[in-house]
Amino acid sequence: MAHIKLPDGVPGVRSLAMFRPDTGKHLYDLVQVLLRGQSPLSPAERELIASHVSAGNNCRFCTDSHAAAARELYGEMSRIVDCAIHGGDTSLLTEKMRALLVIAGKVRENGKKVRPEHIEAARNAGANDRDIHDTVLIAATFSMFNRYVDGLATLTPTDDAIYAEMGKRLAIQGYVPPEPSGV
Amino acid sequence: MAYINLPEGLPGIRGPMAFRPETAKPLNLLAEILLRDDNNTLTRGERELIGTYVSHLNDCFFCQNAHSGLAQHYLQCDTDTVDAIVHDPEHADLSSKMKALLGIAAAVHKGGKYVKPEHIERAKMEGASDVEIHDTVLIAAAFCMFNRYVDGLGTWAPADRTFYVNRGPARAEEGYANYSPHH
Repeated sequence: MAHIKLPDGVPGVRSLAMFRPDTGKHLYDLVQVLLRGQSPLSPAERELIASHVSAGNNCRFCTDSHAAAARELYGEMSRIVDCAIHGGDTSLLTEKMRALLVIAGKVRENGKKVRPEHIEAARNAGANDRDIHDTVLIAATFSMFNRYVDGLATLTPTDDAIYAEMGKRLAIQGYVPPEPSGV
Repeated sequence: MAYINLPEGLPGIRGPMAFRPETAKPLNLLAEILLRDDNNTLTRGERELIGTYVSHLNDCFFCQNAHSGLAQHYLQCDTDTVDAIVHDPEHADLSSKMKALLGIAAAVHKGGKYVKPEHIERAKMEGASDVEIHDTVLIAAAFCMFNRYVDGLGTWAPADRTFYVNRGPARAEEGYANYSPHH
């Protein structure tokens, strides 16, 4: 049960955006521009970073919804997602993505854990300033969402099919705030 | 030196925000509604305290000092007072409700799942509403994001703590929404 009174049956961050639409709007706007706006990283790669960080933070709702979105966006290459998040096998990833996921993991722990050698490894693998900036901000943003979603004990679906549906919607429509609950 | 090429002379979060204004916009609108909107039963000072506390726990020098400066302005107190609060909130001169909310913030800082029913019960017993609990969790989560953004990119911060105290009144007046990183 959630720690506060949230709309019945509505999962994760969606229930929170319905509870408090005036903060929810900016959170959705942030994710939309961060994961779908202009970036040298593809939306698929950005969803992968989001899911990877969320897995590290043990947030099932965020991990599985963004993994589902990543799978949709990677299309034929969707196997990459499960390898990188659950299997620890990063061999299907580019060297650049591997280096950026290391940075994302450090940001997840604490910003100060990012060291010059992590940045250097990313640059050697071809990452530019925007790649690094967006990786850090995505990791930071999901460090927020994971805490928000679990910190209020929102509903976490346990059915994989529900996440698959979410993934399709996120891949096609992006991040659209729900209607306020009017509670 | 920061890990990416940020505009010259901008401390802390200002550099990254100037580097990428499209993400800065929702970040600032979120901060404005969360921390500064007066349609809130938690005062601006109380909300800045939550931000300062979490930034202290994340050991982010820029953020904890910037928000301490704001808290000092709103609460009309000094650096020593805010330092005492963030080092030991349980024994500080604070309302029981604020102590309970800072307990929730500390749990959020560790991770969403560290917020336990006991934390929520205590807050509710001290009169915290659902919205106040929601806002506490979201402020704490948001600062876990801001702190990682600032430190994850290796930004610089003025070392003199009085800089932030002196800036407090101007920053309080300026707010977050109309914020120009180049100010």
